[in-house]
Amino acid sequence: MNGTLDVVLDVLAAVCLLGGSLLTLAAGVGLIRFPDLLARMHTATKPQVLGLILMMLGLALRLRSGPVLWMLLLVALFQMLTSPVAAHMVARAGYRTGKVRKELLVVDELTRDLELAHAEVAQAEGASTPEDEKGRTARDENGGEEERGSVS
Amino acid sequence: MIVVVIICAVLLTISAGLALVRAEKGPSMLDRTIALDIVTSTIVGAIALEAAWSRRIDTVPILVAVALVGFVGSVTIARFASVEPEGEGRILTREEIAAAETERLEAETTALGSSDAEHHGGPAQGEVRE
Repeated sequence: MNGTLDVVLDVLAAVCLLGGSLLTLAAGVGLIRFPDLLARMHTATKPQVLGLILMMLGLALRLRSGPVLWMLLLVALFQMLTSPVAAHMVARAGYRTGKVRKELLVVDELTRDLELAHAEVAQAEGASTPEDEKGRTARDENGGEEERGSVS
Repeated sequence: MIVVVIICAVLLTISAGLALVRAEKGPSMLDRTIALDIVTSTIVGAIALEAAWSRRIDTVPILVAVALVGFVGSVTIARFASVEPEGEGRILTREEIAAAETERLEAETTALGSSDAEHHGGPAQGEVRE
């Protein structure tokens, strides 16, 4: 009976380890084939979260001892805490230094919102000179319409 | 078990190799950062695989440490990433390095030839003179 349980757990562990390795391979292939920074970041998250959790699960099923389980949980927890930070920083730096290829994006809400905010600031500045204001708001609205049209 | 371990090891090795190819090619610094992140997670996977194979638990703290500090590199690089000039991200060819080196040497020789008095024994700037 005990032997059967051992075999079952070993098989489960092997499946988990294989899954984690396959996700890592997917990340490697995606890193080579995908065309721009954001797509590569997308593929890089696969082994960082799901792949790592599968690996830890496989290791826990194979080791089958109490205290180590908590340490493996800690590994997954730390990785899930830190990898979003790194991804956020990289994506922000990529956007600011123009590494994002706009023509590949389906939705680009950040650029649209930034343009709207700039238009609002310009409008608030123009409010001090009422003669200017009309022309400026009209122009901004036109600009905003055009932007929205090109984004959608 | 040994078959599974060998298959997993091959997959992880291929993945790390592809990530290294991207780190070498990568048009920008940030692409290289992401590729090195993948290498880090491959290393974590490899250590876990080895621990699962030999049922040892003494390498598990390494996993904790790598998971904890693995993000420092990419955060640092992303924090100081700036707009690179076009073509800055690639590796220079031999001829370009030679050209840049001769240019640098010429600039150095001209700088040596036109030495100014201030840096070569001229009067001190803040000295009080009677």
